[in-house]
Amino acid sequence: MLTVEGLECAYGEALVLRGVSLRLAPGQVLGLLGRNGAGKTTTLRAIMGLLRPRAGRIVLDGRDLGALRPYEIPRLGVAYVPQGRGLFPFLTVEENLRMGLLVRDGDRRRLEEIFELFPALRERLRQRAGTLSGGEQQMVATARALAADPRYLLMDEPLEGLMPLLVEALLGVIGQLRARGVGVLLVEQRIEAALRAADEVALMEVGRIRYQGTAAELANHPDVLQTYLGVRRDRRVGG
Amino acid sequence: MIASGHLFLALLEGLVSGLVLALTALGLSLVFGVMRIVNVAHGEFFMLGAVIAWFFSAALGSFGLALLAAPLAVGAIALAADRLILRPIRYAPEATIVATIGLLYILQQLVLMVYGPYARPVDAPVYFRVEFPWFGYSGYKLVVAILAALLLGATWLLISRTRLGLYMRATQQDPDVARAFGVPTERVYAASFALGAMLTAVAGALVVPIQQAHYLMGLDALLLSFMAVIIGGLGSLRGTLAAALLIGLVDGVVSVFFSPTLAKIVASALVALVLVGRSGGLFGEGAT
Ligand SMILES: Nc1ncnc2c1ncn2[C@@H]1O[C@H](COP(=O)(O)OP(=O)(O)OP(=O)(O)O)[C@@H](O)[C@H]1O
Ligand SMILES: [Mg+2]
Repeated sequence: MLTVEGLECAYGEALVLRGVSLRLAPGQVLGLLGRNGAGKTTTLRAIMGLLRPRAGRIVLDGRDLGALRPYEIPRLGVAYVPQGRGLFPFLTVEENLRMGLLVRDGDRRRLEEIFELFPALRERLRQRAGTLSGGEQQMVATARALAADPRYLLMDEPLEGLMPLLVEALLGVIGQLRARGVGVLLVEQRIEAALRAADEVALMEVGRIRYQGTAAELANHPDVLQTYLGVRRDRRVGG
Repeated sequence: MIASGHLFLALLEGLVSGLVLALTALGLSLVFGVMRIVNVAHGEFFMLGAVIAWFFSAALGSFGLALLAAPLAVGAIALAADRLILRPIRYAPEATIVATIGLLYILQQLVLMVYGPYARPVDAPVYFRVEFPWFGYSGYKLVVAILAALLLGATWLLISRTRLGLYMRATQQDPDVARAFGVPTERVYAASFALGAMLTAVAGALVVPIQQAHYLMGLDALLLSFMAVIIGGLGSLRGTLAAALLIGLVDGVVSVFFSPTLAKIVASALVALVLVGRSGGLFGEGAT
């Protein structure tokens, strides 16, 4: 279980997270939705230890992550797909994937499983990641995180810029991870797609979770989406 | 016949000094690339390498041991500087420039106090002359060139083939994402700083039998390696290597046929050209 309790984070004086609490169980897909600037990315960065919280706790299976150095957190099985992909652009695709493998000293056989999920990457191994198309880069970002053999996967807008076919493929991958007991925290702007993939959904507004419920519940309450996500739902229909 | 002999000598001299400069400049380029800091004290690591090499050859009577001890000692000093100076100021670009200027003077004055204002030679560990059709040439200089080339190759392998090298490149490109993939970036910074210092310390040690050891010898090393890093394109190791060899060869040819001063002017003009024109240098950023 990955739990976030009363998390407060600030950039300088600006308080951006004002008491965020979340629970992510193994095999659960938790959608985290909210307008631009709500604090979704900040929440994920704080869980990864890239940002020191001002208050609150992040606990992974009974272990307080606050006491750890940032590089120790991924080794416990928390992997990250950063917003905007965050690939190492001058490393080859293979080296990017190796960065994932090295987190928990996985061997290369793991890559074979990953190529089954993302067959297109096999031909791209020697290419610099920065030269791939946007969709391919998104695939590499997810593949790199999977190479780290995560128990919990934090994904920050992994569907951004993907064409519909790839959206379906990635949702399929998320479904498989869920079936294998991986907990997925999915931040998305493509609300329809996120609602289809998620078991539960948390809606975030200016640094607070304002609503939490099952995806099915939310699908029946378009007014809630309207309130917390506003017009954006109509503009950015995904999936 | 005479002219071609001169040209050959000039190119040979240029190649030797270019390879030694490449070691020094590669160290500076590595530190700048991975850590995003300008180490103004880099030349002092070169000087320390030379002085410590003199010290060990005088004390132990073995230049071979000195050649090993100098980079190790300088590496340890660099680790201490990273831990006590750079890490506390969190590698902030402006602050590190000021801090390393301070380090430059501290190291220089310490050496002046302990070692004195003398230029001291060390006997070359090998004595032989290689006979070319036009002249004989110092065998030791050729040994220096070969050792420098081997070390450059080894560094290249370290950066392109090892886990540490991969971590260095990843940290250079995105330290936050590197951390999110289990990279202890502070240790990577420490390792890069020490490696950069050790490369230039070996270069300093290698030239003692040719140039003597002196407490001010770091300034030239710093200037020339800055030139190589700028001409080669900031952050590009390949560019730095190419530029160092180019500077060495230009310096050799112009020094032999014209004058050493003109050689420095030409090198500076090249820098100005790069800064005014192609600000990316010979090779763009990220080409490693
Ligand atoms: N490095 C930073 N320095 C200062 N303020 C920041 C920084 N990063 C984010 N912020 C601010 O913090 C708030 C939350 O940002 P965050 O990136 O977490 O939002 P988000 O929900 O991920 O938004 P988006 O949907 O646009 O990705 C925003 O107001 C943003 O302007
Ligand atoms: Mg965001």
